[in-house]
Formats: sequence, structure tokens, C-alpha cells
Amino acid sequence: MKVTFRGGVHPGHKSKKPTQALAVREYVSDTVKIIMNMNIGAPAVPCVKKGDQVKIGQVIGEAQGFMSVPVHASVSGTVLSVDNIPYLSENPVGCVTIQNDFQDDWVELEPLGDVEHVDPSKIVPAIQKAGICGMGGACFPTHVKLTLKPDQKCDTIIVNGAECETHLTADHRLMLENGKRIVDGLRAVMRALDVKNGVIAIEDNKKDAIQAMKQACFGRQGVRVQPLMTKYPQGGEKQLIQAVTGRQVPSGGLPIQVHVVVLNVGTCAAIADAVIDGKPLVSRITTVTGAVRTPSNLRLRIGTLVEDIIGECGGFSEDPGKVIFGGAMTGLPLPNTDVPIAKSTNGIVVFNKHDAVSVEEGPCIRCGKCVSVCPIGLNPFQIKAATDVDLLDRAKDLHVMDCILCGSCSFVCPSRRWLTASFKNAKQKITLQAKKEAAQRAAANQGGEQK
Amino acid sequence: MSLILSSAPHIRTAKTTSRLMGNVLIALLPCAAAGIYYFGLRAALVLAVSTVSAVLAEFIWQKLSRKPITISDLSAAVTGLLIGLTVTPTAPWWMVMIGSFFAVIVVKQLFGGIGDNFLNPALAARAVLLASWPARMTSHPAVGFANVDAVTSATPLTTGAGIGDLLLGNVPGAIGETCKIAILLGLVYLLVSGTISWRISVVTIASAFLFNWALSGSLNDSLVAILSGGLLFGAVYMATDYATSPMQAGSQYFYAILIGVLTIIIRKFGVYPEGVTYAILLANITAPLLDRFIPQKVYGIPSIRKEEKKA
Repeated sequence: MKVTFRGGVHPGHKSKKPTQALAVREYVSDTVKIIMNMNIGAPAVPCVKKGDQVKIGQVIGEAQGFMSVPVHASVSGTVLSVDNIPYLSENPVGCVTIQNDFQDDWVELEPLGDVEHVDPSKIVPAIQKAGICGMGGACFPTHVKLTLKPDQKCDTIIVNGAECETHLTADHRLMLENGKRIVDGLRAVMRALDVKNGVIAIEDNKKDAIQAMKQACFGRQGVRVQPLMTKYPQGGEKQLIQAVTGRQVPSGGLPIQVHVVVLNVGTCAAIADAVIDGKPLVSRITTVTGAVRTPSNLRLRIGTLVEDIIGECGGFSEDPGKVIFGGAMTGLPLPNTDVPIAKSTNGIVVFNKHDAVSVEEGPCIRCGKCVSVCPIGLNPFQIKAATDVDLLDRAKDLHVMDCILCGSCSFVCPSRRWLTASFKNAKQKITLQAKKEAAQRAAANQGGEQK
Repeated sequence: MSLILSSAPHIRTAKTTSRLMGNVLIALLPCAAAGIYYFGLRAALVLAVSTVSAVLAEFIWQKLSRKPITISDLSAAVTGLLIGLTVTPTAPWWMVMIGSFFAVIVVKQLFGGIGDNFLNPALAARAVLLASWPARMTSHPAVGFANVDAVTSATPLTTGAGIGDLLLGNVPGAIGETCKIAILLGLVYLLVSGTISWRISVVTIASAFLFNWALSGSLNDSLVAILSGGLLFGAVYMATDYATSPMQAGSQYFYAILIGVLTIIIRKFGVYPEGVTYAILLANITAPLLDRFIPQKVYGIPSIRKEEKKA
């Protein structure tokens, strides 16, 4: 039985072709630049200084509070510098640059052993210590997701192997080559939260991965593979939950409110590494494709520079016009290639000059295609009419805050309107406004109390 | 090296506005071909005049009002061709031209251009022509090349033409509306190419059929009803016009049923023999209201009715 959600699109038909059959190979560069705010929440603070010798897995950035994860050295060698660099569009962030000595010295690890026998109460702390955050793209600290409040209960863990984004095959390769680790990670989480039901959800265009994961699940308690209809954004958290459980996450709410926790396959494998071997998250699989000479799936150390990665893939095959982190539907454009990969970088896609041309917006012809593809059931054309004239309250009434920014409406728009971009902008503005108002209210309340 | 920093998504569909409008033009080709086959060269002339003058009207208007010229989106060409296909083959060229100019300038451009008109331009023009020159609009020549003189003959709505003749288009009528097989071919193309969804077209035809059946109790009469006049053409090419039809699936069903039922009501109880034009124009006006008042289902937000039940 295949399951799915309402709406959706079928973008980039052949974009996965170049890399889906390529086994993962390892690439390690001379230097790595490890940034401190890879996760959602508080950035880590560097705890090494220039000239220090570090080993792989050594903590180089300390977590700041609960909503934060530590950062570890991904190579052994010498710290070249500890400074702030501009990273993507955000403000300068802390960054530790390490010169690799290629000794591959690991710090002393504290393995917990087999996931079926480890003390369940030790699992979440091990995940926290390993610096794991969601590797599917959002990079939400995993231990936070797995720490339930007393009134919350979880009955299903969904492992997201949909990989519905265009171009990317990193999760696909991981499932084929290391399925057992994913199941180990899932079992660890199930035991930690005392959940009986684990579902590995995979789009049915990856028949080999479904087969491999079924084999990996064989003989394991409470886990099964669920094939999904191939349709973007099938891997969106809300769409995935709806497809697998039939439940809908309440507007503005979290999956745990419908008793579900969703983890990416890469995150699960990292959890297995953290629990079984005691290894922190220092590397990940990234798909490098598009206008590069040898498209590849690479296991990369966190902090490897895009420039080095492109070099490892034979360099650009055409004049590059745009380079993005992630797939074509939601990827983040890079200002240049002097940017390191983070824990959530699942892909690097290079567009040539021709494909990268920024499209010009035409008038809305009211064709309704955006309405029919929206996986949330919004009226994107109406929201855009509101955001175009900065009517944020109207946009809010039209549920812009429920938009998941999947890009389906923009993709399908025959007038090539910048729907998703304007919703992202509106959401940011509304969030900012709400924060401001909350601060003002708090200030006013305080004033009242003093009187 | 300078890289472009533009927001996601980084790929867009190849189905642009001009591609979609081109699809409609392609879907109209069988109708045009059938019209020329049955009514000869003067049908071709009518189609040429209507299409060219619609494009010309848009060009002149945009030039004079100093707006960007958008004739390359092909929407004006679609409007023009639709007007030509819905008039009688003996329509004088000046009448067709007035229709095209009225459609593009008054109905479309004065309300803001593509996407902003609230009435279907081609249909509104047809309604104006019908009201202004009723005799010329309804004098249909008998089928055949040799026929040069216009003869006012009964439309199939008032005579009992066979279903075979109706399907083939071997009956008097407007240029593009008679051959139902050509229209159905066009419908298949529009559906397969993803230009329109099946909802409006199919539901309009089905609801007209069912409503007629309920009134007359005769299957044969109902089959003749949907195969005669402009119902099929209107359901496939006019009711599905993007700008003037609702966008949400729920409202689209409602809109389509409204057209089907209104058409039969006007035909059976009204003074006009044909009701599709007015049925669709009336439904056009309701489209924005339908989208507004038929509640949409948003993920994660329980419907209003459910909330009321709880309370």
C-alpha cells in the first residue's frame, strides 16, 4: 500500500540520475572551517585557541544551554584560527579553522554497545553529547526533540527516507549502503522513548532502498518499511506524518502533539554511531551534482569547504551561475564557494549560467495551479496579493504562517511569480513583529508592576 | 566569480503562460478545421479576422496606454479565435471585428488585463453581438461548400437532428460548436497536457445531462441536449477560462453544476433557444464569491463546522 498527502508536484524528473548509482566515497581536505551555529537554537562557543592540537571528536565548541549542541573537531591537527566569519546571509558566526595532520587520531570514545541492551536512560544524553541535530536540513537539536515533557506522549517514530527534493541521493545511498545503522538508530530512539512502533518511510521511486531497508529491518522489533507515493514534498514533516499516520499536526504545533517524532535517515545513522561507538557527529554524506565534472556522493568531514569539494569533483563543468546547499526546491544559494558545509548540508548543486537566470515575474492569470498543488491547502495567489502590498494581517488571516515554504506554488506558476520568496519574507516579518509586541507587552507589564 | 543569490525554488515549470495559451490554441485546431470543412472558406475568413483583430486590439491598446506589450502570451489570440468559433459562418467581418475589440479592450484590458477580468472576454463579446445583431448572429447557413447565401434555419435545439449528425457536426450552427468530436478531441488534449483540470468541464457536461434527465425523464433527449448548441464548446473552452472560474476544487464543482443547471433552465424555460452563454457569464460573476464562501481545508486547522460541533 502506498500512501501520500493532498497536492504536490513532480519537479526535476531526471535530476537524481547522475548520482543515484554512485557509491559513497570519502574525501578529506587539508583544512576544515567548522562553524559554531550549525543548529537551530543557541550557537556553540569555541573552547580551543589558535595553535592547539586537536583530535577527531574533541569538543571545540561548547553547547550553550539545552537548546544547543556541542561542536566537535572533524579532523585531527592544529587549530589555525578561531574567529568570526560571515556565513551565508546571517551575521558573522564563530568559526574554528583546523589544519589536518592526516593522523586520524580520535579522542577516547565511550561506546555504549548494542542498542538492544544499552540502558535506555543513557541514550538521549549520548545523542546530546554527540552534537547531533536534524541532518535532513532543519538542524533542530535532536536531543530536544527526544526529551518529552510529562504531558507529552509518543507512539510512533517515523524515519524520513523520502528524499523528495530534486538532485539529492545522499539519503538513498545511505539506506543502500548502511541500512543496518539506520535501523540501529531507530531502535535506540524507540527504546529511549519506550515506543513500540517505528516506521521507515521511503518514496517508491527508490525500490532498491525499500528492499534494502526491509532486509535491514528483518528480525528487529517493532520496525517496518512504509513505501510512499513519489511526490514532492512527500518528505516534508507534516506531509510525511499525514501519509504514514493519517494525523495532522495542528496549525503552529509540533509533531509530538500528534504523538509522532520524525527523524531523518542520516540522523538515525548518526544516533547509532553515537550510541554504539560513542562517536560524535563529525562527518556526513553529501550529494555533489549539477554542473561539476564528476557528480558524486561524498562522505565529508563537517567544515569541508565547498571550493575543495568542487575540486574533488573535477571542478565546474560549465561556467557556474548559482551554487546551492540542498536541492533545487528549497536549497540555499551560496554567495561564493569559500563556505564550509554544516551538519545539515545534504547536497551541493551547481547550476550553469543559463539555468541560474533569475526569472522575471508576470501577472497572475488566476489559473489556480498554486491552489491545487499547495500541500497545506492554502491559496498562494491570494496571500501573494496581500504580501505584494504589505498587508501582513491579511496574509496572516490567509494562514501564511502555516506555509512550509516547499516551493511547489512557485515551481508550478506559469507566470513565474515569486510566491514562496514573498511568503518567506512575510513569515519573517510577522515573527519579528510578534517578538517586538511581546517585548513591548513585557515591558509594559513590568512598568505596571513597579507602579 | 559572481554567483546569483535568488530565493528557492531554483527550478520552474516549463509550462509558462504562453505555453498554456498555446495549448488552448492547439486544442481549438480540430474545431477550427471542422468548421472550415463544413462551412468553407468564409469560416476561415471569420476565424482569421477575429483572431487578428483581437491581437491587434491588445497591441493598439497597450501601445496607446504605454503598457508593456503582452501579445506574445497568446491570450488575446485565444480570445479572438474563441469569438470566431462561436459566431455563425455568415457573420460579416465588421461584426466579428467589433466583437474582438470589445472583448479585448472593454472586457479584458479596462479591468486590468490578463487575469483581472471578471467576465470571459470572448463570451461577453458574444453576448454583446447577440444583443446587438440578433438576426445576424442566429442565421445559420445549411452545411456545405456550395451554400453561399445565408439561410435562417432552425438550430438543432428546435429540430430533431440525429445523434450521429450531432457528433460529426453535420448540422447548422456556429463555426466551432457543431462538431462535437472535434471538441472532445480538444478536451482530451487540454486534459493530457495538464492545461485544465477535468473538474469544470466534465462536471458541467454531467450536471447538464443529469438535470435535463431529471426534467425530461428521457435519456435520448438528455443526450441530444448536451450534444446540441454550444453546451459542449462552452463547457470545454469557455467555462474553464482561468481568470473567470473559481480556483478551489470545492468551488469549481459548485460553479460547474451552476453552469449545467442554468443552461438547461434557460433553454427549457427562457425565451432564448440557447442558454450556455448567459449561464457561464452568470457563473463567472459568482466565481470569486464561491472561492470566498466555500471554506478551504487547511492542513492542521479543523474545519469550522467541526469546531461548532465540538462547542
